[in-house]
Amino acid sequence: MLNKYPLWKYAIILSVLALGVLYSLPNLFPADPAIQIQGAEAGVQMNDTTVQRTESLLDDANIDHFGAEINGQSLLIRLNSNEDQLAAKAAIQRGLGGNYIVALNLAPTTPNWLLAIGAQPMSLGLDLSGGVHFLLEVDMERFLESRLASYAANIRTTFRDENIRYRGVDVLDDGSIQVLLADEDFRSEADTWLRRNLPEFQRSDIESRGLPGLILTLTDERIAELEDYAVSQNQTTLNNRVNELGVAEPLVQRQGRNRIVVELPGVQDTAQAKNIIGKAANLEFRLESRDGQGEVYPFRDSNRTAMLETDVIVTGDNVTDARTSYDENGLPQVSVNLDGDGGSRMGQTTRRSIGVPMGVLFIEQKSILEGYEEVDGEPVPIYDSVEEREIISLATIRGAFSNSFVITGLDNAQEASDLALLLRAGALAAPMQFVEERTVGPSLGAENIRMGTQSVIIGFALVILFMLGFYKVFGIFAAVALSANLVLIVAVMSMMSATLTLPGIAGIVLTVGMAVDANVLIFSRIREEIADGRSPQAAIDGGYKSAFSTIFDANLTTLIVAVILFAIGTGPVKGFAITLSVGIVTSMFTAIMLTRALANLTFGGRVVKKLPI
Amino acid sequence: MSDLKVLNFMGYRKTLAVASLVLLFVSLGSLAVRGLNFGLDFTGGAQIEVGYEEPADVEVIRNTLNGAGYRDVVVQYFGNNTDVLIRMQEDNNPRLGDEVLALLSETRNDVELRRNEFVGPQVGEELRENGGIGMLVALGVVMVYIALRFQFKFAVGAVAALIHDVVIVLGFFSITQMAFDLTVLAAILAVIGYSLNDTIVVADRIRENFRMVRRDETDYLINLSLTQTLARTLITSLTTLLVLIALGIFGGELIFGFAIALSVGVLVGTYSSVYVSANVLMALDLTKQDLMPPEKSDDPEEEDIPAWLTDVDDNDEKEDSKEKT
Repeated sequence: MLNKYPLWKYAIILSVLALGVLYSLPNLFPADPAIQIQGAEAGVQMNDTTVQRTESLLDDANIDHFGAEINGQSLLIRLNSNEDQLAAKAAIQRGLGGNYIVALNLAPTTPNWLLAIGAQPMSLGLDLSGGVHFLLEVDMERFLESRLASYAANIRTTFRDENIRYRGVDVLDDGSIQVLLADEDFRSEADTWLRRNLPEFQRSDIESRGLPGLILTLTDERIAELEDYAVSQNQTTLNNRVNELGVAEPLVQRQGRNRIVVELPGVQDTAQAKNIIGKAANLEFRLESRDGQGEVYPFRDSNRTAMLETDVIVTGDNVTDARTSYDENGLPQVSVNLDGDGGSRMGQTTRRSIGVPMGVLFIEQKSILEGYEEVDGEPVPIYDSVEEREIISLATIRGAFSNSFVITGLDNAQEASDLALLLRAGALAAPMQFVEERTVGPSLGAENIRMGTQSVIIGFALVILFMLGFYKVFGIFAAVALSANLVLIVAVMSMMSATLTLPGIAGIVLTVGMAVDANVLIFSRIREEIADGRSPQAAIDGGYKSAFSTIFDANLTTLIVAVILFAIGTGPVKGFAITLSVGIVTSMFTAIMLTRALANLTFGGRVVKKLPI
Repeated sequence: MSDLKVLNFMGYRKTLAVASLVLLFVSLGSLAVRGLNFGLDFTGGAQIEVGYEEPADVEVIRNTLNGAGYRDVVVQYFGNNTDVLIRMQEDNNPRLGDEVLALLSETRNDVELRRNEFVGPQVGEELRENGGIGMLVALGVVMVYIALRFQFKFAVGAVAALIHDVVIVLGFFSITQMAFDLTVLAAILAVIGYSLNDTIVVADRIRENFRMVRRDETDYLINLSLTQTLARTLITSLTTLLVLIALGIFGGELIFGFAIALSVGVLVGTYSSVYVSANVLMALDLTKQDLMPPEKSDDPEEEDIPAWLTDVDDNDEKEDSKEKT
């Protein structure tokens, strides 16, 4: 009974610990609050002049700054305190003007040699860093409705062109399209055309109002495809919008079938963010109706109404660029550029419609509180999403134009810049609603970090004191193991680039309490072995061996629970599950391998009369 | 074996089984009658936390908000008297936080927005469902694992203990009407993990003793196992409670419910690993045959370890000759 580990085991333990220390190191370097400046379009370059201008703007505003650096397309300038960030952002944005996107950021202070080996600090959850979390739900019902309407319009146009005589093409309430034909021959023609061109519909014959007809229903696969398209399209748009907001390290992620999470860390102007992100706004350009057929819409800024044709020339989707500018009277306007397709359609229409007024229809999705419903004695608000369609401008076409033109009739500069932003970032394919919002102020975030760290340290100290008092020298082993475990948890979390949250810290605290369990099991066994009259060396070996299966089973089942937690949990539950799982795995290593190595180093290979346990 | 004095745990098993049942019925009764005080995460609604530099007056805030026409406003201190939590069933108003803050700073200007949350009713409902499903899945998977790794009777005992613990912690939250939010749910799932940990340590020892000790009175073997693991059970519970107390006191209001739920869970879990899971094993009449590989010799000291259990070194004398390399 020698209790010696072969050299390679020590080597493994040492290298794991060394890696752990190395990869957890970056977390010791707190990031500097910083301002990041980017050009609003690809052409704007950062150079020394920009740096000087930015620095003098900050000097004028009496804000301390340092370490300005140009990083490819963006300029990063560091500040001394978080409180300065908003003021600095405002000062720089005012000074540099609309060609630059100014964002709040955190500049890492990780030394380069650590970055070189890929070591990075853990990312902090919003509850620790402060910031906003939005959960948006895509309104599929309305999306399908609008898709069906455009299918119906398409069918009508084609049937007219192909001389298939129909009496009606209508979208029914149950989400199908009813096509009524003039007679049986047209029905079979229509059927053939639909089979060839719109295979995504299932067709069935009906008779209605004494006319032969067809009922078209979208296949389930097609609906799923459409939904998928809508959500991913919305995600792209949201990404663009968030980038336009100039938020450093935003997260836009699909969640589940029809939801999108948007997380904006750091200090934010939440109201503006929410306005821009959630705005399901689009534009439609339509001619004013001349034959009395069309739809009547109110003007946005007056009580007048106007009737517009139902045919849409182009929509916001065709917009490639949109910028705020001012006309000769100093009124805000938006200069718009269209893509090739939109440009040619606009060209065709305007050429033959000189002298006809063209309306710009602004379409906005809003959710409105309808009232309350009693659920289990508690009032639960009910929302209805409504679509607001307003004419923002109606101007006579003076001459043919195609690719670029201006929209006037906007109330103020803010409205113009919001509209330009929305047009630039693209329209949402389907309307969305906020179903969850969480804002954490920066001071609460900082406080959560402070309190979390404090409770880890205090809990850790209490456990170590107890172990030292109860198990003496073996208590030291356990204390070393516990410290190593903390380092390893942080290292693994950093390597996985997992996000640390407040419940995650709670998970670490809990792991500290539970990780000593393995040592307690081993040490209790060693004491038992000694009580049974075994020699100290045999007792150490026996203790470790007989405790192993218990530790393994106990940890594996806890790990199963943690993994299930992670799989089904959201938000706080997930953050907790991550640190708990990581902690369980690392604690197996430290509590068994590391303490054994320490015990072997201390007592192995020599005569020990009595174990200090 | 050691000269440890075997404590007669199972002597009180009937009394304590009754006590457990009473606790369970009280918990279930309270859950049925009073229910849980679900937090914002589960009910949906809006909640705003503001911080003052000087102690705040909840009454003034309530009147200010009611005066401005907000309905169903609940205003309460959050953790200390400078932090105030405002809950309301407001609509999906993007500027709610700012509006409330503006209103409040009219009367006092040392106020700042700390947190603003809005959860839609549909999300709340889903979270409640997922939480329930999570618990059931966790219980199911664990039961299967224990049945495979140990024996079916152990699985029944472990799951009985887990249900016992979860119901009592839920009952505690129902009786005290403490807010039940997502972190508390995470804590309850962690209670499952913790309680399981305890139960498995005991079960492992019971299995070992049933195989190795040359007596076959079930109650003696269980008492022996419980006595041997008692020190460890108490120490681990104690260290876990120590960190939970640290978390409860220093972790702040957001994590307080979590610390409480787990503390109650650890206490109940420690008790249940002794008096629920072991009790069930008694009731199911666990015998040596349940744990013996049938084809092996009847002398447990010579027992061969099945291949899938080779990491279990039940027999020290034999292992001594096999020096670990």
